[in-house]
Amino acid sequence: MNKRILEMIGGRLAIAILSLFLVSLAVFFITELLPGDTAQELLGQAVTTEAAAQLRETLGLDRPAILRYFEWIFGLLTGDLGYSHVSDRPVANLVAERLPNSLTLAAITMAITIPLALGLGIFAAIWKGSIFDRAISSAAIMLVSFPEFMIATLLVMWLSVYMQWLPALSFIPATADFRTIVLAFIMPVSVLVFGSCSQMIRLSRAAIADAMATPYVEMAMLKGASRSRMVLRHALPNAVAPIVNSVALSMSGLLGGVIIVETVFNYPGLAKLMVDGVSTRDMPLIQTCSMIFCGFYLVLITAADIIAILSNPRLR
Amino acid sequence: MTVSAAPRRKLRFHIRPIAAICLAVVLFWAAIALFAPLLVHYPVGDMVSYDYFGPMSKEYWLGTDYLGRDIYSRLIVGARYTIGIAFVGLILAALIGITLGLFAAAFGGLFDTILSRAIDTFVGIPNLLLALVIVAGGGSSIPILVFAITIIFFPGCYRFTRSMAINVNALDFIAAARARGEGHFYVMIHEILPNIVGPIMADLGLRFVHIILLLSGLSFLGLGVQPPFADWGAMVRENMIGISYGSPAVVVPSLALASLALAINLLIDNLPQRIRDQLE
Amino acid sequence: MTIHSKTVGETLVKVEDLKVTATTDSGRKIEILKGVSFDVRRGEVLALIGESGSGKTTIALSLLAYARSGCHFSGGRVLLNGKDLMTLSEKERQKLRGNTVSYVPQSAAASFNPSKKIMDQVVEVAEIHGILDKAAARQKAIGLFRSLSLPSPDTIGDRYPHQVSGGQLQRLAAAMALIGDPELVVFDEPTTALDVTTQIEVLKAFKSAILDRGMTGVYVSHDLAVVAQISDRIIVLKDGEVQEAGETEQIVGAPAHPYTQALISAFEPVEAEPAGSRPASSAVLEMRDVVAGYGNVKSDGKPHIVAVDGVSLTLQRGHSLGVIGESGCGKSTLLRVAAGLLPAASGDCVLDGRPLRPQVDARGKDELRKMQIVFQLADTALNPAQTVGNIIGRPLTFYHGMKGEARDSRVIELLDMVRMPAQFRHRLPRELSGGQRQRVNLARALAAKPDVLLCDEITSALDTVVAAKVLELLKELQRELQLSYLFVSHDIHTVQSLCDEVMVMFGGRKLETFAAADLHAEARHPYTKLLASSLPTLDPTWLDNLKQDPELVRKFAHA
Repeated sequence: MNKRILEMIGGRLAIAILSLFLVSLAVFFITELLPGDTAQELLGQAVTTEAAAQLRETLGLDRPAILRYFEWIFGLLTGDLGYSHVSDRPVANLVAERLPNSLTLAAITMAITIPLALGLGIFAAIWKGSIFDRAISSAAIMLVSFPEFMIATLLVMWLSVYMQWLPALSFIPATADFRTIVLAFIMPVSVLVFGSCSQMIRLSRAAIADAMATPYVEMAMLKGASRSRMVLRHALPNAVAPIVNSVALSMSGLLGGVIIVETVFNYPGLAKLMVDGVSTRDMPLIQTCSMIFCGFYLVLITAADIIAILSNPRLR
Repeated sequence: MTVSAAPRRKLRFHIRPIAAICLAVVLFWAAIALFAPLLVHYPVGDMVSYDYFGPMSKEYWLGTDYLGRDIYSRLIVGARYTIGIAFVGLILAALIGITLGLFAAAFGGLFDTILSRAIDTFVGIPNLLLALVIVAGGGSSIPILVFAITIIFFPGCYRFTRSMAINVNALDFIAAARARGEGHFYVMIHEILPNIVGPIMADLGLRFVHIILLLSGLSFLGLGVQPPFADWGAMVRENMIGISYGSPAVVVPSLALASLALAINLLIDNLPQRIRDQLE
Repeated sequence: MTIHSKTVGETLVKVEDLKVTATTDSGRKIEILKGVSFDVRRGEVLALIGESGSGKTTIALSLLAYARSGCHFSGGRVLLNGKDLMTLSEKERQKLRGNTVSYVPQSAAASFNPSKKIMDQVVEVAEIHGILDKAAARQKAIGLFRSLSLPSPDTIGDRYPHQVSGGQLQRLAAAMALIGDPELVVFDEPTTALDVTTQIEVLKAFKSAILDRGMTGVYVSHDLAVVAQISDRIIVLKDGEVQEAGETEQIVGAPAHPYTQALISAFEPVEAEPAGSRPASSAVLEMRDVVAGYGNVKSDGKPHIVAVDGVSLTLQRGHSLGVIGESGCGKSTLLRVAAGLLPAASGDCVLDGRPLRPQVDARGKDELRKMQIVFQLADTALNPAQTVGNIIGRPLTFYHGMKGEARDSRVIELLDMVRMPAQFRHRLPRELSGGQRQRVNLARALAAKPDVLLCDEITSALDTVVAAKVLELLKELQRELQLSYLFVSHDIHTVQSLCDEVMVMFGGRKLETFAAADLHAEARHPYTKLLASSLPTLDPTWLDNLKQDPELVRKFAHA
């Protein structure tokens, strides 16, 4: 660990904080400035303009947007996540109920996807050109082409409707036993794994393949190294940065998958809450949920960048 | 000395059979989208049969949906929505992204730094999330969907074009042009662009797949194309209850979507090596 | 060889009618080796010499039972100790590589894994083949480092590849090849990427290692003079076929084949015209106290990284000024400053008595026209998406407003000027050979009708024979068109044959300027003498007789 590395990591963290700030600007002003009026929406179409104006005043929507932005940001920083007028509850309460469910779903998925996808990608690279490689590559290209909702509906059709093995919805009652919980999770997690692993397989295989084409791997081969030694000892250590990066990028896809999956299976997570919020135009809820998701995503991207920095031998 | 005519250049690409099949599928859907009004059997909103979730028949080629509407006609028009909205969004995103990317690479310096940092903001927001935020702010109309696609996908075009252009910009023939006294625009249009057009086109193809998947995902959530009209994603959504009946109403639009996405992905995967080498 | 006697034993390697075929992307098949046969006997060093595309590296790799991707063995045999390598299984090939036959790569800098310590990579051979335990292998490696005269042999292995110099890496790669005590060592252009002063050190280390061990080697190179120092026999290759084979003295002294003769003749010293034979006319280009570099300008007015530090020069009209120095001495940066591609931090550039603005955008079109730059690598200096006609035609349109018919016939004239047929204007750069590309590169510069050509190592990337022809062309063009050349090169030989005056640079500074004919004069700067003496000659005894002041070498060489 030296000064240069610390400086670079510090730089990455600073950029992450700046990005989060810019993201908050983007989220707030896209939701506020695009045509569409919250007050009108809340009251329905038939309302008079006076009533709408009245409501706007109570909600504080008549004040300048920039002022409201800073109030919102200050609120977020001090733990005040805003108030949902649609469900008439503090956003913090809604989020607290749902966030753990989404995190559980995402964590289970990541715990399965990352080792699975990287393993398949790396083995496909080791046996490049073999039947295994071609099967994996073809499967990956098919999976990136299929939308998650399609995989989800087909799975439901097969496993719930025809076979009747698994519940079609993942609503878990409080009294559920372990078996019920596991059964409820199988399909949502499978869909997410299918949806998020293909990109990771393709990118990690490509990263290894790039490293395999370098003169130093050829040199290793000319020293008598076996193919697995070339991949594991020589190519892999130099492909850490792109692989970690591919994992972080796949997380964007995973989040998209979570949004779809929670809706299909009626899973009580934060993403479902947000989708419902969009239908009802519950802006404080949408804004807060967006910031939570973006925050998690930026943490992952920044972690990937830092791992990439640490893996660069020139900085040791 | 005689001035000889320029010899015709032979296309020395080896076209694989799978690429040809994929190209045919893509062209098929493009033609369907283009000529949709000529191909429909019934107006898309009309309930033409009392039999909802009806089976495939001579009258209703692909059966009927949950309201007894003709799925074949809805699929044809759905192609128009899915492909049309995605295509317009792609073109806008590409125009903005490629132009800014070329500018950033040709001018460099502070201009590049600030632009790249600002555009990276959008990369910090996952695609579908940003789409939700935009739809939340602007409502689900077709212009807003196009706007959302443009905003979500131009940063990728920008970054790809910029990195390709920066690689080319470092080559000596660019230095030679600059030493000659050529302006930024000449360098951008005549020296850089012709060398990166191939990979950019291939990259746009991959992006198009992402766009149709995102758009149909939004519609599937009920936030995309609104009833009574439907793109393929919305068709899956509205017929979800048909799952229990094993109705074609759910499967057909899914398959249409998958066939188009897979064809484009496979087509690009089987492009001539020279172009593929430059893709990532 | 004459100086030392070696015991040359029975045949170790027998290559019979070896054929290698490559398949291109479009499915076309090209024969890279068209039936090559030769023997290597125990205890001798055999050199494979040839230009790019001659198939020499393909042969070298076939001795390790390996063909690069896209290539395959299509015929013949490679017998090592009587066993055909072509019939070995993948497992047997792995056992062979590094253990029985080892390899020293062209660019050690690229061939060392950047993320592993050097020692781990050197002893990996022993680890893979289970020859020695780790501690013994490390001891042996340190001994090899010492015998290859590497600095601090005990600790150099604990560094990462990017922490040692190119010359050291090349010797470390040799240590890596020797640790398994192989029966045959294949050297693949191991000194090509090095500066001349560094090359000497590495060659000496290689030679003593070869002699000490009575090693059997195959040494691949494009440089006859280097090979003459190290090999017992030479095989001359061209286009995948053996042209001539013989003892080193015979090939170098009395070549039989016309191609070998052409290679040798490129080495013949060109008589530099005696100083003063061409009267100094007026100065066409002057640079005064130029300081340039990269990064922000600091408070003392110099950039963060200084590449050119207070250099002045004067180029006479119709003359050539050669700038020589080793990599990183600032010679190419100097040219970019002159062209305005890298604005000088301070100092002046004067063309035809009129001061030029530092950056290219601020200069007038006519000022730009008068001075044209020609780059080293014609591969990257020509836009791959444009035809030769458009490449040459653009300056005609840009500077002279020529269009259509007039432009086309001028393009043909220019092609003729660089001795190329008119129909080449329809070709794309990738459809030309290296030498042809460099001619197009020249023709584009000539299209502007310049007074001064700034030439950046324009013959360095070319094969010997082709480079000689390009140099000849440059001389003719100078006579016909009254051109003035600022000619940057690392090769003192090239500069001496072309230029009236020579300027020597080291570490961004000018050391001295002198008339080309006075290169060997007593008054030369010690570094100039070092450079001149480091250039190998065809004399096989040259390396053994070479006396260089070690103090001087330490001061100037990057080894």
